[in-house]
Amino acid sequence: MSLNPFVLLAMAGGAASEGGNAPQIGLHFVDYSILGIYILVVVWIGFMLKRYMKTSDDFFLSGRSIPAWITGLAFLSANLGAQEVIGMAASGAKYGIMTSHFYWVGAIPAMIFLAVFMMPFYYGSRARSVPEYLKLRFDEKTRGLNSISFALMTVASSGASLHALAALLHLLLKWDYNFSLAVSSVVVLAYVLKGGLTSAIYTEVLQFFLIVLGFAPLVILGLNDLGGWDGMMSHLKPEFSHSWKYMGTTANPMGVEWFGMVFGLGFVLSFGYWCTDFLVVQRAMAAKNMGDARRTPIIGAIPKMLFPIIVIVPGMIALALASRTGSNYSIPNGVTGETDFNLVIPSLIAHYLPTGLLGLALTALMASFMSGMAGNVTAFNTVWTYDIYQSYIKPGQSDSHYMWMGKVATVAGILISIAFAYVAKNVNNIMDFLQLVFGFVNAPVFATFLLGMFWKRATGHGAFFGLLLGTLAAVVFHGISSPAILKTGETIPWIKGAWLGAHFQYTSSMAQNFWLAIVAWSSCFVLTIGISLATARTKTDAELKGLVYSLTDRIKEENEPTWKKPAVVGTVVLLVAIVLNIIFW
Amino acid sequence: MNFDLRLPIGILFTLFGLILTGYGLATKGSEIYAKSLGKNINIEWGIVLLVFGGFMLFLARGGSKKA
Repeated sequence: MSLNPFVLLAMAGGAASEGGNAPQIGLHFVDYSILGIYILVVVWIGFMLKRYMKTSDDFFLSGRSIPAWITGLAFLSANLGAQEVIGMAASGAKYGIMTSHFYWVGAIPAMIFLAVFMMPFYYGSRARSVPEYLKLRFDEKTRGLNSISFALMTVASSGASLHALAALLHLLLKWDYNFSLAVSSVVVLAYVLKGGLTSAIYTEVLQFFLIVLGFAPLVILGLNDLGGWDGMMSHLKPEFSHSWKYMGTTANPMGVEWFGMVFGLGFVLSFGYWCTDFLVVQRAMAAKNMGDARRTPIIGAIPKMLFPIIVIVPGMIALALASRTGSNYSIPNGVTGETDFNLVIPSLIAHYLPTGLLGLALTALMASFMSGMAGNVTAFNTVWTYDIYQSYIKPGQSDSHYMWMGKVATVAGILISIAFAYVAKNVNNIMDFLQLVFGFVNAPVFATFLLGMFWKRATGHGAFFGLLLGTLAAVVFHGISSPAILKTGETIPWIKGAWLGAHFQYTSSMAQNFWLAIVAWSSCFVLTIGISLATARTKTDAELKGLVYSLTDRIKEENEPTWKKPAVVGTVVLLVAIVLNIIFW
Repeated sequence: MNFDLRLPIGILFTLFGLILTGYGLATKGSEIYAKSLGKNINIEWGIVLLVFGGFMLFLARGGSKKA
């Protein structure tokens, strides 16, 4: 899924609704011309790339020809949807610097692990997708399970992203919902159809620069206004400037203790997402050689580490600004009359940016929604064509047939996304429900990959049933846990858990989620080992060469300078992340 | 891939830079800048975008010469 799984899709319900006192933004000709130029340039990129789309490999994998700086920024950007920008700013206003755990704990270590340890198997095995790796390593049923759930998740996320965009534009600019939906889908369709994965990757890099250059003025103006960092902090509670110090205390705004944070978020969820989600891994697979494929996540990790400045600090600015005496700014209310933190970014844009820069910031916001959708659609068309269509529906066709299918899948993917957007608009809580289900499916998945790559004894039956039972464990745990300490007789809606009784009570839904992930992962890990030992191996050592660590030759990288070696650069990035944790302790 | 991504990045941000600086110059002293703390942020940020876009175009040009 394109969403960072930790960012709840609150937008689909919150910011989208009518009512409340959301800021009204009026655009002028100059703003529209900035948006118009952006659209022209991305469509032009699609047309320029068309001539390079000769085989299905070009269309789905960019012919494995892209340099690492591009795949690296796209790797980061594919995850950096608008939901992330908006969600992380909301979280910054709620929790302050603690939100950085999603970056320095919940992303960087996993990205480095992928680069150093896992990329050699993904790229080296010549698998064309993550599910295909599972087929090579385990068996057909494990691939089937992973590819079908992934395909469903990507189109649903793409629909959610589309809905959130159209709803937000309607709320802020009074644009017609159907019009926004139509324009963004047509633009995405045009460039993905022409340039395939390369188009998606190129526009993701454009989007990265747009987000940085479009939102940086908000941070600069906000901090100037408040008198710098210290000025901002003078309006905020002291725990807002610390990521770890208040974790063990009752002042901890997130309600997650350190073990749940480090193991649940930092290991299970983060590794499960960054190391196995085809949407991000596909970017690295498009790199032109093994060295560049391995450097892809590391290059992405460097800006990722600094991203809290662009996405978390605005949330803190908004809260400080609202609590300043005599302030003319407040965080808007949603439809229920409660503060809607998802409107932090839009309201700061309305507060600080004059016509001109306003157009740039809104273009950045729309670009990130659109490229989020393009990312999902390109991951979907690949998994659909290679892992479902070619494997189960029509094997043995010509390459041009699969390329044609890829284009059909692109159109279909976009149409299904649109359908999902309308479902999200009209069916209450459907997105919360899907988010919940995807959470169950995703939680155990990293155990399967970890055992697959590093334990040659893991079998297909072990992987498949371990994964299924791990998912089941997640469902059961949801039924016996609650996101709040309940008083006797108090009940909560089933979607929040405790439908089998509130046997485990947490102080926040985040803590409940992290522990759910820990339980699902551990169940999958233990059961995969148990079932593997009880079943016979179906793949020989020779078949597993290049797929399992102990059976694969070490990569020779003597011809690369030291500063370019993944292990060296990865260690440096990890050390910087640790230093950042210490600075903001 | 033979289509250098730095070219469209350079073109996009150079155009954005031109639009913003141009608009900033045309609206000098306008009340719209009360929002941005009295600064004509369109000119200032427009120049930043011009520098970035120009740098990307320069790199793209270097790249095409080499190839």
